[in-house]
Amino acid sequence: MSEDKTPDAPAVSSTRLVLTLALAGLISGVAIIGIYEATLPTITINKARELREAVFKVVPGVTRMQKLVYKNGELVSTTETEKDEEPIYGGYDDEGGFIGYAIPGAGPGFQDVIGLLYGYKPDQKLVIGMEILESRETPGLGDKIYKDAEFVANFKELSVEPEIVTVKKGQKSEPNEVDIITGASISSKAVVRIINETHTVWSTRLPQPGSEPLMTESEKTVDEAK
Amino acid sequence: MAENQNESYETFFRGIWRDNPVFVQVLGMCPMLAVTNSAINAVAMGMATLFVLVGSSFLVSSFKQWIPKQVRISAFIIIIATFVTVADYTLLALVPKVHKELGAFIPLIVANCMILGRQEAFASRNTVRLAVLDAMGMAGGFMVALFSLGAIREILGNGSLFGVDLFGEHFEPWVIMILPPGGFLTLGLILLFFNWVTQQKDKFIEQVAEAERVASDG
Amino acid sequence: MKQKDPDLLLMHAPLLRQGMTTPGAMRDVIYALTPVTLAALWFFGLGALLVLGASIAGAVLTEWFFALAQKRGESLLDASAILTGLLLGLTLPPGLPIWMAFLGGVVAIGLGKVIWGGLGHNLFNPALLGRAFLLATFPIPMTTWTPLRGSESFFHVSASNLALPFMQAKVDMVSSASPLGLMKFEQEVTPLTNLMFGNTLGSLGETSGVLLLLGGIYLWIRRDLDWRIPVSIMLAVVVFSGCLTLVDAVRFPSPLFSIFSGGLLLGAIYMATDPVTSPLTPRGTWIFGIGIGALVVLIRVFGGLPEGVMYAILLMNAATPLIDRYTQPRIFGR
Repeated sequence: MSEDKTPDAPAVSSTRLVLTLALAGLISGVAIIGIYEATLPTITINKARELREAVFKVVPGVTRMQKLVYKNGELVSTTETEKDEEPIYGGYDDEGGFIGYAIPGAGPGFQDVIGLLYGYKPDQKLVIGMEILESRETPGLGDKIYKDAEFVANFKELSVEPEIVTVKKGQKSEPNEVDIITGASISSKAVVRIINETHTVWSTRLPQPGSEPLMTESEKTVDEAK
Repeated sequence: MAENQNESYETFFRGIWRDNPVFVQVLGMCPMLAVTNSAINAVAMGMATLFVLVGSSFLVSSFKQWIPKQVRISAFIIIIATFVTVADYTLLALVPKVHKELGAFIPLIVANCMILGRQEAFASRNTVRLAVLDAMGMAGGFMVALFSLGAIREILGNGSLFGVDLFGEHFEPWVIMILPPGGFLTLGLILLFFNWVTQQKDKFIEQVAEAERVASDG
Repeated sequence: MKQKDPDLLLMHAPLLRQGMTTPGAMRDVIYALTPVTLAALWFFGLGALLVLGASIAGAVLTEWFFALAQKRGESLLDASAILTGLLLGLTLPPGLPIWMAFLGGVVAIGLGKVIWGGLGHNLFNPALLGRAFLLATFPIPMTTWTPLRGSESFFHVSASNLALPFMQAKVDMVSSASPLGLMKFEQEVTPLTNLMFGNTLGSLGETSGVLLLLGGIYLWIRRDLDWRIPVSIMLAVVVFSGCLTLVDAVRFPSPLFSIFSGGLLLGAIYMATDPVTSPLTPRGTWIFGIGIGALVVLIRVFGGLPEGVMYAILLMNAATPLIDRYTQPRIFGR
């Protein structure tokens, strides 16, 4: 490339144009790969930690977890990420004793998709915790589904049999009832609907209480990635 | 030397007030309206834009002799897009929460016409030093605008600033301020105020000139 | 104006002269609203007076401030700011903190009128714009309905009215749903006589259908009101909600319920008829009214909100220039 040409000179060979752009693209590509490689470990750790924190929150008492997928009619533990998989998470205590599942669910809310994770104890058929992972609900109203501690507390001990139903605020009397939030009934009903739907899907897939997948040793690696 | 310093000063401060990219040029409206629902988001967006603008102005100005005129826009975009990607991954790694809030608007910095505009109008025709100063001034002005909008919206819409509660728990939040209409309303009112100030200033200058003329005549 | 001696009158067209002026018309509307305002005081006590006073004060002070800034004092004299404040106040719930009512008045005049260039230039009805702002800003206080109080506790002002500026309303009341909310969420029909004479929950000015109609008739007699607009709105509501009732009488309210519940009468008679924001041609006013009626039924029945009169009117306000453009009478001879 000749350097003596000023930008005002209009006659530039097309080879030079192509070369300039190719070089720029090459340098840009190298820079992008560099930053991707540099930040990937931190990003992976962040994501894993976020997930762990959410799981630990919805299944109280858990110290270890593993990813479970439903494959060929049974629930197996896995560490690989596959396409189109729908993982749930098994929560265990220090000795590897099973405590509960953390099951992700998603569905339409008032504004956009609500993504959540709920803790489930299969032996008692109880929801034992709920955490909203993703939501664009109206600030001040719909966002109370995760900001209103009273509403979240509804899911600390909630029976899923026969199904969760919503009642007006302050009228919760049965173990399967949830107080809806005044002014955000659509968002709070959406949360309940998502859990009900997800439960319908998973209730047939989960094994008999007592025969949950055991904690596998390989999962320790995720543990250490704190 | 004094003249040179004066020019640098002029280049830097022009972007902050007289040619403010938002209040005067009305550029970069998309991030301006979309991410200013809290002060922290506004500042994060401002920092990302500052990084991209200063970085690409520096590169464009340094390589201006080697970039043929015919492909300059493509070359500018490649440079800007690279910096945007770098900013995107860095934010994702360092502050994942803020990155989640800003969402799609970080990649969209590449479409902020203020940035491409500065490359075309300034960086590709000036020395590296002036280009960087200009970029810092413009990005500073953009950040001032983002911050003032974000602060007003967060204070009224949430009763807090940078997440710090200002009014106690009985504050009644102005929900509309956090929603998109609040962005339009606040921006409109700020523009109104900015134009009013400029008008008053022009009037004052006119009056002074008039008084001087009368004085010299008399 | 009555001419005593028509034989001696020499003038050219237009021969028919009316003594109608803007301040006169505004005063007429205020007179027509007096019974409704008094009823609001009767049903909700002194708190109603505070809310109305605050919204009027907000509107008038803003008008006064901008009149001073623009050095034109005359706009205060036509009473339009008082009317805007009063209309806004009548659409507010009785337990609203008065600082919110004041803010509503400021927004109604500031964003609803002054910013467009003053009376006659605004696209949207200022009072409804103020209400729309308040509803979007404070959704919960704006949909909390205080129960009726009656005359025995006239001087009782609920603590929520007196919340400090920027602070929340203290919840001292058992909030209940308005008739429309009851219908939408509980399928519970409020008796029609209650709706007609005001014995229901709701905004200050929307409780008594009969008084609103009386005011409308007064305005019609005084020729301050284009009868086509309220009539076409009500006709459209009756037709559309009648069709729906035929489909399912439990889910969808009856036409009479639709007319007498919520802010329909207040909106149809006093807000949709605002001469500035409604079409000029008779054909246009029919389209305008039918559009509002259809939207009201649509929003009430299929929307997420129990009440849709405000949005229906604001949407049709936005369509007014278009309607005017397409309903121009043909120039004679072309």
